[in-house]
Amino acid sequence: MVTKLTYTEKKDTRSGFGEGLLELGKSNPNVVALCADLTGSLKMDAFKKEFPERFFQVGIAEANMMGLAAGMTVGGKIPFTGTFANFSTGRVYDQIRQSIAYSGKNVKICASHAGLTLGEDGATHQILEDLGMMKMLPHMTVINPCDYNQTKAATIAIAEHEGPVYLRFGRPKWPIFTPENQKFEIGKALHLVEGKDVSIFATGHMVWQAIEAEAILAEKGISAEIINIHTIKPLDEKAILESVKKTGCAVSAEEHQMNGGLGESIAQTLSRNLPTPLEMVAVNDSFGESGTPEDLLVKYGLGPQNIVDAAMKAISRK
Amino acid sequence: MSTAPNIEELKNISSQVRRDIVRMVHAVQSGHPGGSLGCTEFFVALYFHVLKHDKSFNPDGIGEDLFFLSNGHISPVWYSVLARSGYFSVDELNTFRKIDSRLQGHPATEEGLPGIRIASGSLGQGLSAALGAAQAKKLNDDKHHVYVLMGDGEQDEGQVWEAAMYGAHHKVDNIIATIDYNRQQIDGSTDEVMGLGDLKAKWEAFGWQVIESEGNDIESLIKSLAQAKALCGKGKPVINLMKTEMGFGVDFMVGTHKWHGIAPSDEELEKALGQLEETLGDY
Repeated sequence: MVTKLTYTEKKDTRSGFGEGLLELGKSNPNVVALCADLTGSLKMDAFKKEFPERFFQVGIAEANMMGLAAGMTVGGKIPFTGTFANFSTGRVYDQIRQSIAYSGKNVKICASHAGLTLGEDGATHQILEDLGMMKMLPHMTVINPCDYNQTKAATIAIAEHEGPVYLRFGRPKWPIFTPENQKFEIGKALHLVEGKDVSIFATGHMVWQAIEAEAILAEKGISAEIINIHTIKPLDEKAILESVKKTGCAVSAEEHQMNGGLGESIAQTLSRNLPTPLEMVAVNDSFGESGTPEDLLVKYGLGPQNIVDAAMKAISRK
Repeated sequence: MSTAPNIEELKNISSQVRRDIVRMVHAVQSGHPGGSLGCTEFFVALYFHVLKHDKSFNPDGIGEDLFFLSNGHISPVWYSVLARSGYFSVDELNTFRKIDSRLQGHPATEEGLPGIRIASGSLGQGLSAALGAAQAKKLNDDKHHVYVLMGDGEQDEGQVWEAAMYGAHHKVDNIIATIDYNRQQIDGSTDEVMGLGDLKAKWEAFGWQVIESEGNDIESLIKSLAQAKALCGKGKPVINLMKTEMGFGVDFMVGTHKWHGIAPSDEELEKALGQLEETLGDY
């Protein structure tokens, strides 16, 4: 049996961000970009070349970058900051908390190289706590798109949203399976595969892992529903509850710590509204290490087979 | 500004602002009177003479001068001056640090208090925001200036020096930063806690144009601020090392870190008010 979703091309989600930013540069004169000495890594070169007067090189000074971005909103600019996810969150949590979130500033914090799939650089750079830190901040919207096309669409969409946003994406070339030129709706979960036995709620790179898991489950005669939760906050509770009403059990899948991530938000939704067996596929309270993205996902329990095992366990708990 | 300042009037306002500060802090038995008193002339000079500002308050601040307070704990002086210059009712000073107030312990935008454009309190962040706002002004072809005040203790924060490098590198020459150079911080003098060394040489080495001023002499301070403004537009940011005395205006609070963050007792309040003429009417 083949998967219902296939792909013909792989691209990195960070390139989707770069493309989206370039389009925004053309369509919205208030969009400005700041980068902390990682212009190439963030794929911000095209924007920099096209709009040099709206691009601000900050150097390796992320705290200053967050403050500058907050200040630029005073004057009506829509700043997009770019650096690795680790330096976009943990390093500057207090600056984001006070100067951006508490101050209600219209800053878009764009974070690449998130999670284990950063690969060989190792645990210092593989942040697995960023979604948790960002979702805890009042006023913050948190988005983790699943492929190149969705990341590009999300980048364009967040410029229209008034308020601070954390946009997370990554480094590896990953299957492209969502449509080109899609409309991205913040906070609206996407049904990718209809199913009746188990709901799989996945975000970021783990959506593709879930699609691969669905094929394995189908061979076992299990019908899995795959829902892409690209927006972790605000969470599409309605879509989650409607799905589990039908399936009776759930699996969450994310490239993040189990503590504080998407699974935790789903658990909260379920326990408050409709207690349902939930299994979480996530990194379980450990740091990562150097290795290829593929090897790391398997070693840390984020492979398709881990999702299959979690689905079987969730079904057995019904 | 082309018009000459009315120094007597500004001194009268300063006396009332100091009364407001000690009364606000006394009423809730918390807050930071020392730095507030020391910076009174600076705030009065800015809001009653230097700034071209619009009291109807547009958060984007396009077409006017902007002010950012980085050392947010001296909120009492800012609140008093904002109220006395017409941003909100003077009566609202009664709500300082109380439940449901727009006058938070440290300045915030969350409750919508007019005059405040960013939260401050966690130190070291204001210069970055002010530089960003100054660059937004340049993009908007807005010729007005951005002012920011920092504490001298705040110079301990690394982010200040990230911002210092950035301001010079990007030639942000429409900003006038000021350091409240009172040589005191919570735990003691800056010399004891974390020596600042030659602050003037440090800022010059970072590529800023440095002026020095007397922060508790309003006539002299206004001249220094005019000098700072004249240095703008020359490709380098400007910083004003403003010598003040913490607690200035109340004899038992002057020149010591002791009154950085504690409130006067009933008796101390009376003593302080006895030294400060009521010129505009207490709230």
